[in-house]
Amino acid sequence: MIGDPRWMPWLTYAVLTLGVLLIGFPLWVALAASTQSIEQVRDVPMSLALGSEFFTNFASVLDSGAGNSAAPVGRMVFNSFVVAMVIAVGKIVISLLSAYAFVFFRFPGRTLAFWLIFITLMLPVEVRIMPTYEVMASLKLINTYTGLTLPLIASATATFLFRQFFMTIPPSLVDAARIDGASPMRFFFEILLPLSRTNIAALFVITFTYGWNQYLWPLLITTDESMYTVVVGIRRMLAGSDAATEWHLVMMTALLAMLPPLLVVLAMQRWFVKGLVDADK
Amino acid sequence: MAEEAQTRGPGFKGWGLPAMLLAPQLLIVLIFFYWPSVRAVFGSLFLEDAFGQSAEFVGFENFERLFADSDYADAFGITVVFSVLVSSIGLSISLLLAWFADRAIKARYVFRTILIIPYAVSAAVAAVLWSFLFAPSVGVVAHWLIQSGLAWNYLINANHAMALIVMTAVWKQIAYNFIFFLAGLQAIPRSMFEASAMDGAGPFKTFFYVTLPLLSPTAFFLLVVNVVYAFFDTFGIIDASTGGGPGQSTSILVYKVYHDGFKSLDLGSSSAQSVILMIMVVLLTVIQFRFIERRVHYG
Repeated sequence: MIGDPRWMPWLTYAVLTLGVLLIGFPLWVALAASTQSIEQVRDVPMSLALGSEFFTNFASVLDSGAGNSAAPVGRMVFNSFVVAMVIAVGKIVISLLSAYAFVFFRFPGRTLAFWLIFITLMLPVEVRIMPTYEVMASLKLINTYTGLTLPLIASATATFLFRQFFMTIPPSLVDAARIDGASPMRFFFEILLPLSRTNIAALFVITFTYGWNQYLWPLLITTDESMYTVVVGIRRMLAGSDAATEWHLVMMTALLAMLPPLLVVLAMQRWFVKGLVDADK
Repeated sequence: MAEEAQTRGPGFKGWGLPAMLLAPQLLIVLIFFYWPSVRAVFGSLFLEDAFGQSAEFVGFENFERLFADSDYADAFGITVVFSVLVSSIGLSISLLLAWFADRAIKARYVFRTILIIPYAVSAAVAAVLWSFLFAPSVGVVAHWLIQSGLAWNYLINANHAMALIVMTAVWKQIAYNFIFFLAGLQAIPRSMFEASAMDGAGPFKTFFYVTLPLLSPTAFFLLVVNVVYAFFDTFGIIDASTGGGPGQSTSILVYKVYHDGFKSLDLGSSSAQSVILMIMVVLLTVIQFRFIERRVHYG
C-alpha cells in the first residue's frame, strides 16, 4: 500500500502466516491422525507427519463407524447430504416465493404477514428446543427426513436477502412487463429468476453449509442410528474418556464431515462472500 | 421500519396469488415457530411432572424459581464471560488478519482462502478437533503444555474448560468476522489511504485515525453478530467438548435449556428459560433491524 515502510510486506507475510497456522493446525492434526493407526495416535505425543493407514481407516469408518456407535459413516454422509440439499433448496424456493409476494404485490394483511415472518429472523431452534421437539413428536416426525429438515427451513434469513435484492430492481422493469401483457408468474419466471441467479448461488452455499452443519436438532430428532447425520454421528463416537476414544477413526470421520461443505464454499467462494456480506447488511 | 410498506411500482393486484406465494413459508413458520413458542409460554406457567402425566397451573412460579436459583444466575454469568471473551478476542484477531490481508501482496488470495475455511466447519466438529488437541491424555497441545509445567486438564479445571471452549468458538468465528472486515476495508476508497500517506502518516497511524473510524459500522454490526453467536450458536461446541462441565462451569444458557429439559426433565423450568431467551433474541433482532435501517439510509 502507498506510504508503507519497506518492511511492511515482511510483517504482512509474518502475521498472515501466523493466522494460517492458527487456522490450519487443528485441521492438519486431524489429517495426520486420520492416516495413522490407533497405537501411533496414542503414542504421546503423536507424530505430526502423515502415516500410511489412510485407506484402512477410510474403509473402516465408511462401513462400520467407530466407538460405541458402529453405525456406518457412509450412511451418515448420505443422510447429511439429503438433509443439506432439502434445507438449501427448500429455503431458497419458499423464500423466493414469499419475497416476491412482499416486494411486488399489494394485498391486505401484508404488514402482518411481513412481521410474522421477519420476527423469526434471528431465532435459532436452540432457544425453543423443548417445545419444538414436543410438536415434532406429536406430529410423529421423529426419525424422519421431514422432521430433520422442515423446522430448519423456517428461518427468514433467505427471505430477507431476496427481499433486499428485489427492492433494487427498477419499477420500470415491472411496468414494461405489464405493458407487454406478462402475467405475474411469467414475470417471476422469465425476468426475476434469471436476474437472481447470483443471489441464488450465494444462498445455496450459505444454506447448504447451514444444513450440513446442524447439530442440536438432528441430535434430538434422531434416535435411530440409520438416521444420524455425520455431525451427530461423530459426537456419538467419542468414548467416555479421551484415552479410550478411537481418535484415528474419529478424525477420519471429522474429515468426511468437513469436506463437502468446504468444497461447496471453496468452489463458489466469490459468490458466497458477496452473498454473505449482502445478506447481513 | 419504513420500507416494509413499499412495493416496486404500483405492484400487481389481487390477493389470491400473493396468498398462495406466502402460504408455504407462513405455514412452516406457524407450525415450527409460533406453535412451539406458544407451547413454551404455556409450559412456563405450568408445573409438569417428568412423565407429562399431570400439569398444574402455577402462574409465574417457574420464573420465580428460576430467578431465585443460583445455578441460573451462574449460567447467566458464565454466558456473559464467555461471550465477552469470544467477541473481543475473535474481533481483534480477525480485524488484524483482515487489515493485513487487504494489502497488495502476491499470495493474498491463498491467505484469504485458507482463512475462510472454518466457516464451513460445524461447531460440533470444531469442538471435536480442539478437544483432540487438548485431550489431557493424548492431545498434542496438552502434551506440550504439560511438558512446559502447566498441569493442563480441562476435564477437572474450570478455567481450562472455559479456555478450551473460547478458543474453539473464536477459531470457528474468525472466518466470518474476517470476511466482513475484509469487505468493509475494501469498501474504503483508496484515496483515503493515499491522502493519509501524503500527510506523512505511517501504516499504524493511518489504521487508528482513518481505517478504524471508517470501519466502525462494520465493527458494531459484527459485535452484535458475535454476541448472538456466543449466546445462541455455540451449543454444539459445549456439548461436544466440555458437556457443560466440570460441574456447571461451562454451562451457558442455551446448554442449560437443553440440559434441564432433556436430561433433568424439568419441563417447566426449561420452558421458562426458553421464554426468557426468546425475549432476548427478539430484543437483539430489533436492535439489529434498527441498525440495518440506519446503514441502508445513511451508510
